[in-house]
Amino acid sequence: MKPLTGGNMRFGYYPGCSQISSAKEYDLSLKKVIGNLGVSLDELDDWSCCGATSGHVTNHKLANGLAMRNIMLADHQGLDNIVAPCAACYNRLILSQYETFNHPEIKSEIEELLSTKFEKDIGIFNVLELFMKIGLGKIVENRKRELSNLNVACYYGCLLVRPADITKFDDAEEPTSMERIVEATGAKTVDWNHKVECCGAAHSIARRDIVVDLSKKIIDDAIAHGANVMVVACPMCHTNLDMRQRTMKKVYPGHKEFPVLYLTELVGLSLGMNEKELGIDLHYIDFKYDDNIIKNTVA
Amino acid sequence: MSLCYQCGKCSAGCPIRFYMDIAPNKVVRLIQLGLYDEALKSSTPWLCAGCLTCSARCPNNFDLAKFMDAVREIALEKGVEVKEKDILSFHEAFLDQIKMHGRSYEVGLVAEYKMKTLNLLQDVDSAPGMFFKGKLGIMPHNIEDKKSVRDIFKKTSKK
Ligand code: SF4
Ligand code: SF4
Repeated sequence: MKPLTGGNMRFGYYPGCSQISSAKEYDLSLKKVIGNLGVSLDELDDWSCCGATSGHVTNHKLANGLAMRNIMLADHQGLDNIVAPCAACYNRLILSQYETFNHPEIKSEIEELLSTKFEKDIGIFNVLELFMKIGLGKIVENRKRELSNLNVACYYGCLLVRPADITKFDDAEEPTSMERIVEATGAKTVDWNHKVECCGAAHSIARRDIVVDLSKKIIDDAIAHGANVMVVACPMCHTNLDMRQRTMKKVYPGHKEFPVLYLTELVGLSLGMNEKELGIDLHYIDFKYDDNIIKNTVA
Repeated sequence: MSLCYQCGKCSAGCPIRFYMDIAPNKVVRLIQLGLYDEALKSSTPWLCAGCLTCSARCPNNFDLAKFMDAVREIALEKGVEVKEKDILSFHEAFLDQIKMHGRSYEVGLVAEYKMKTLNLLQDVDSAPGMFFKGKLGIMPHNIEDKKSVRDIFKKTSKK
C-alpha cells in the first residue's frame, strides 16, 4: 500500500479502471483536493476490476466474486474503509458486500470461491460521502475564491444513491448532498428534474444512439433550469455527458457545447487550483474559470 | 415475483423503455404466465441499463432490476438467441479484458468488440479524442496476481 498524500485523516482508496485511463483527471483532482484538505488516501494493493455492469448482467456469481476479491484485499491490508470514486464501482462493491453479509448461502459460495472468510464489513464510500466526512467547513475555511458566478446542475446519475436502503447516505429521488458540497465552494446550485436520471452508462459503445439521446435530455434540462455548468461524481457519467457531446453535435445539429466538471475539480477551483493542475484541460468540452465572465456558457 | 401486481410504475419511469420491444413490467407478466420463451427472447432485458430506477420506485418492493439480471442469465444458460447482439458482444469483450489483465483495457476492448461485431465502420468516437489527450494508454494495466482473477472466471464459468 502506498500512501498517496499526507494528512491525518486516512481512507483506503479503490480507484477503479476508469481512474487510470479515461478518467485520469478525476483521479488527479481527487488526490490534489483531498491532500489539500489534509486527508490521505492509501491505495488498495493489486486491486482488480469490480466486474462493472458486464459482470452482473451476465453472471451473478462472477460479479460477486470479482467485487469481493477487492473487499478481501482491503480486509487483508487492514483497511476499515475504501473510497470508490466511480459510481458503478461504488454500487457493485456495496451491493456485493451487502449480499455476502446478508445471505448465508451467497457468503459461503463466495468464501469458497475466494478461499477466504469474510468477517469484517468494510465501509464503502463514494466521493460525496468522503467530502461529508471531511466536513464542508474545511472547504469553506480553505477556499481561495468564491465561485459565485457558477450556476451548477448537480448530476447524481442512477447508481450513486440507489438502492437507498443499502447505500444509506441520501434520498434516492431528491438527493441534496452534492448541492451542499457545491454550495460550500460559493457556487450556486439550480433546481432541476434530471439529477437522478440514467445516462445509459454501459451502452456507451454498443448502443451509442441511446446514450446520446439520454445525455442530450439531461444536458438540455440543466440548461433549461439556468445552469451554466454541470457537476458529476462518476467517470462513466462524465464520458457520456462530456465526450459524447461530440456525437451529440452530429445527431442534434445546433447543440451547443456545455461544460461538465467532476465535483473534485469544482472544489479544486475554489481551493485556488488551476484548470491544468486539476486536469480540466483533458475534457472534450473546454472550461476556463474566469472571475468575471464564464467562457463557454450557453448564451 | 408474485410481488409484482402489474401497476406499471416501473415502466413509466424506465429511461430505456422507448427503445425496448416490450415494457419491463410486461417481461414480469410473461414469466408470471409461464410464457418463458417470449420473455427470454425479448430485447428488454438486454437493453435494461441496470439503473435501479424501477426497483427504487416499485410500490410493492419488487426488485425488477435484479429480476432482469436473472432473466439475462437464464437466457444465456438456455442458449436463447440474443436480440441485442452488440450489447452482449460488448459485455463479453469487456469481461475478456478483465480475465486477461485483471483490469479493464480499453484498447483491447474496442479491438475485440469490433472483431466480434464486425462493425468496423461504427466509429467508436471517444477513442481518438482520448488518445489525443493522452488518457488511454497503449499498454494494458496488468495486476500482479492475475491468476486469482482467472480462477474466479474459471470457477464461475458456465461453459
Ligand atoms: S412497479 Fe413493481 S408492482 Fe408495479 S409493475 Fe413494476 S415491478 Fe410490478
Ligand atoms: S433497471 Fe432496467 S428496467 Fe429498471 S428502470 Fe433501469 S433500465 Fe429500466
